[in-house]
Amino acid sequence: MGKFMQGYLDEQFMELEELQDDANPNFVEEVAASYFKDSARLINNIDQALRRGPLDFNRLDSYMHQFKGSSTSIGASKVKTECTMFREYCRAGNAEGCLRTFQELKKEHATLRKKLEHYFQVQASDQLCVINQLQNMC
Amino acid sequence: MAVGEVMRMEIPASGDLSVTSPELHVLAVDDSIVDRKVIERLLRISACKVTTVESGTRALQYLGLDGDKGASGLNDLKVNLIVTDYSMPGLTGYDLLKKIKESSAFREIPVVIMSSENILPRIEQCLKEGAEDFLLKPVKLADVKRIKELIMRNEAEDCKTISHSNKRKLAEGIDTPSPSSSSSHDYSSVKDFPSSKRMKSESENLSSLL
Repeated sequence: MGKFMQGYLDEQFMELEELQDDANPNFVEEVAASYFKDSARLINNIDQALRRGPLDFNRLDSYMHQFKGSSTSIGASKVKTECTMFREYCRAGNAEGCLRTFQELKKEHATLRKKLEHYFQVQASDQLCVINQLQNMC
Repeated sequence: MAVGEVMRMEIPASGDLSVTSPELHVLAVDDSIVDRKVIERLLRISACKVTTVESGTRALQYLGLDGDKGASGLNDLKVNLIVTDYSMPGLTGYDLLKKIKESSAFREIPVVIMSSENILPRIEQCLKEGAEDFLLKPVKLADVKRIKELIMRNEAEDCKTISHSNKRKLAEGIDTPSPSSSSSHDYSSVKDFPSSKRMKSESENLSSLL
């Protein structure tokens, strides 16, 4: 995975890659696609909930619990860290902390999305290269 | 027992467990789509048939326990194991566990709870209610393999206990008159394939009669 992903993804991501085989070569990409679709929905819900004042910290914490869960499952370590911090602010009833942390979370989430898109593209083109090379040998 | 109907394990006299066994059918319950994908993959790699549902309510519907359809339900394939997340909206994993254990039709099905939170009172509560095991998320392949082996081993022990107690019963019947009427009662309940816990206590009863 190398320096490109360092810090953004932890060993859980590598565990998921271990689960791929020839019969299921796109498993991680599929999980990532589900993750980004699901987290987009959660981000939207949280955005809306943050616009309503006074903040419903229980509801926010509940959304963040889900967000943290799926981020953990895919190995998104930076996003996970922001989720944890957000929940701390929820428990402390700290609205400003929540808002600030959420901005950070969205940034990390967007960065991760770009990096993973690139990662899967490189993988796919690597695979094509290998196929091309094999075909040229014939 | 319900599980025995699907398993049909043939245990050779040596008790060797390396016989070919049919696949476990696992019902995986989780409200997170990411976690459903992951647990499904882990289970398939471990040679299990998998059905995933997104809630405890759906799980009960699948089993036919929701009161709507009676015992028939939607599923045409017996469930050998239920793996469920703890924190779910509506019915929690604990609520689902309770309902399964309260049901005469399904209480024999082992239930494993998964949670992202390592909360000891929660774990104890689930084990006390009859959960087979408790897995901390993110669930690893090693966890799934361990659970599968545990379930298969329990099934094998149930089959062995049944066949051993049957042999003992037959031996008693030929050599000695039955010491009490309870032994014939025991035999008929053996035919009903009770749970592994009940089987163990019945075989203890038998050895106390000898």
